[in-house]
Amino acid sequence: MNQNVENVLDHFNLFRGPEYKEMFEKKREFENACDSDEIEKIREWTKTTEYREKNFAREALAVNPAKACQPLGAVFAALGFEGALPFVHGSQGCVAYYRSHLSRHFKEPTSCVSSSMTEDAAVFGGLNNMIDGLANAYSLYKPKMIHVSTTCMAEVIGDDLNAFIQNAKEKGSVPQDFDVPFAHTPAFVGSHVTGYDNAMKGIVSHFWGGRERTANGRINFIGGFDGFSVGNLREVKRMFDLMGVAHTILADNSDVFDTPADGRFRMYDGGTKLEDVKAALDAGATVSMQEFCTEKTLAYCAGRGQEAAAFNHPIGVAATDRFLMEISRLTGRPIPPALETERGRLVDAIADSSQHIHGKKFAIFGDPDLTLGLAGFLLELGAEPVHVLSTNGGKEWEAKVRALLDGSPFGKGCRAYAGKDLWHMRSLLFTEPVDFLIGSTYGKFLERDTGTPLVRIGFPIFDRHHHHRYPVWGYQGAMNALVWILDKIFDEMDRKSMVTGKTDYSFDIIR
Amino acid sequence: MRQIAFYGKGGIGKSTTSQNTLAALAEMGQKILIVGCDPKSDSTRLILHAKAQNTILSLAAAAGSVEDLELEDVLRVGYKGIKCVESGGPEPGVGCAGRGVITAINFLEENGAYEGIDYVSYDVLGDVVCGGFAMPIRENKAQEIYIVMSGEMMAMYAANNISKGILKYANSGGVRLGGLVCNERQTDKELDLAEALAKKLGTQLIYFVPRDNVVQHAELRRMTVIEYAPDSKQADHYRALAQKIHENGGKGVIPTPITMDELEDMLMEHGIIEPVDESIVGKTAAELATTA
Repeated sequence: MNQNVENVLDHFNLFRGPEYKEMFEKKREFENACDSDEIEKIREWTKTTEYREKNFAREALAVNPAKACQPLGAVFAALGFEGALPFVHGSQGCVAYYRSHLSRHFKEPTSCVSSSMTEDAAVFGGLNNMIDGLANAYSLYKPKMIHVSTTCMAEVIGDDLNAFIQNAKEKGSVPQDFDVPFAHTPAFVGSHVTGYDNAMKGIVSHFWGGRERTANGRINFIGGFDGFSVGNLREVKRMFDLMGVAHTILADNSDVFDTPADGRFRMYDGGTKLEDVKAALDAGATVSMQEFCTEKTLAYCAGRGQEAAAFNHPIGVAATDRFLMEISRLTGRPIPPALETERGRLVDAIADSSQHIHGKKFAIFGDPDLTLGLAGFLLELGAEPVHVLSTNGGKEWEAKVRALLDGSPFGKGCRAYAGKDLWHMRSLLFTEPVDFLIGSTYGKFLERDTGTPLVRIGFPIFDRHHHHRYPVWGYQGAMNALVWILDKIFDEMDRKSMVTGKTDYSFDIIR
Repeated sequence: MRQIAFYGKGGIGKSTTSQNTLAALAEMGQKILIVGCDPKSDSTRLILHAKAQNTILSLAAAAGSVEDLELEDVLRVGYKGIKCVESGGPEPGVGCAGRGVITAINFLEENGAYEGIDYVSYDVLGDVVCGGFAMPIRENKAQEIYIVMSGEMMAMYAANNISKGILKYANSGGVRLGGLVCNERQTDKELDLAEALAKKLGTQLIYFVPRDNVVQHAELRRMTVIEYAPDSKQADHYRALAQKIHENGGKGVIPTPITMDELEDMLMEHGIIEPVDESIVGKTAAELATTA
């Protein structure tokens, strides 16, 4: 053993030692593994057009779908309210997944409880779990609001949240006037963006239901499910303040996912104040930054008499222009010179780097709105979003991407892939190679297999730290996205020109 | 828009009674949507003159997902413009029919099936066996439940059980028991018993539908009596029931279900079953012979 106290080897080095190498060889033998030539042969075959056709004809199997389930989106939304505790009606394992997924991305603890359903709850219904769970959560964690969502199990057995919560209130689990908005979020329907929408609709209709609306000049802003919410929401607030726009951010989780280390644990931090949510009914308009995250919520807002405006995760100059001009139109507030200056700086930066990004080919995967926003930005930069893939995108999304691509000369030969997964993307990258891939951390396996360098923009990002603190919205946000893309381009240039005496004639100081 | 639901023991004549009643309501000019919540998919057969083939769940399974369906794919129009959909569901012994009901109703609501309709009627199988079959009595769904029963003990037992299900949801939501519909089986003292049970449950016997063979004749032709023999006495009975249900809007009650013992006592009071001699319970014939 070469492991000893004086020099502790980590996993990078330990398993490269001779005794482990020998062990792995014996394991192969013991498992009667295929011979390496056969594996290589099949690996090569998976890179062919023939395999791609079989892959795209696949019907009954998803391999690495780039989406998560409804309750994850519901928990994400619920965390954006003051003192709100997400309560998931289902088994503990489900909740462990939402908590770890969000914590691995934001590097923050995620407070979320489960009603801990087990075999008996599956048979007899989860009413008692709801009654006890709400009582415990209320007295132990002292939230200002509990948001209830559901998992597969509770949905299959048909637990009725409305009736259960009423019953729990009658049994005294929480006071009658305590806010317990809820949403049915079957994990086997839609994705985390559907869950976000259902939760948001449940919350606003809980606080707005049964009340008359008296319109005022304020606006509501909904960010949607967004891995950059810490940076993005802060940037949006900054821009609104610069414009003097009276606004309410609905589901502002920017603080709870970014608490300081000052010796005090904050189970709840920041979030939209509950009285602000109530008052938000009177706003003149509700603006959603992500259309596909808020379809039902915006329809409800419009039904209550508000003007509803939706964007698709706008990134870049033109997209931000449209966003700010719409805000200006809705509120009557002009766009201030400070923002015009930021716009000018972004245009300048794009011009400075244009020769490096122009004509580069990209593949993008992620949520429907994010992929639309990124594709728009790439077209603006003169790059080509050759493959745009969204596992949770549907026909409507595909048509929108198509229209976007058709509107630009750089969109020629580019295509949208709705409902496809990352194994489809693998075939695309082998048969129609691109220069770069943009997506979440899960794209790193595609980077490994296909050699396409990955730019990490999306959710989740587990293997790079703190990107969520930087916005991608607004002119300043687009600057960040531009820099991340450029950094990867320059890193690649260096990587490909650093062999001494062979390629280093291009290993330049200045790019 | 009014939403009602028919519940009752399997084989009691729920689908027949509900379709005849709804056909009569359609005659009165009401715009009707029938939502069949039974994997057997026979809740709309008499209106459509055929068993609905395109159930929501069978089409969803073929298309891959319920999101890929359009309303036109599943909605059929039958007698007097009655709109019909069947939730469908799995074969006996597999899958989860209750979840099917939830999926189907959510699909209909989200796709605007309820727009421009006066009556939505849910026809639900046998008993409220799980949460899925309680979907039609959740908040903002059926306001009144009509329980189809007869003078047979097990039908009354089922009616009482369904009342328990309604009671569970009545306190937190708006669902009420509209009344009992007795579908005559010609058992002893049937009308008296039905009325007694209705009283115990705190509701009314809204109609006593007499037995008439014309129902079978119509059924064999996959028709309602209203359509097959519009001038028959039986058709008038269904019209009278429809009128009563129409006038019963908002008059439903929270039921007061009884225990099994109370139900047995009620049958004893009417002389339907003999009082149980406790001294003979659990004794074999031989034992009884020695004590005698």
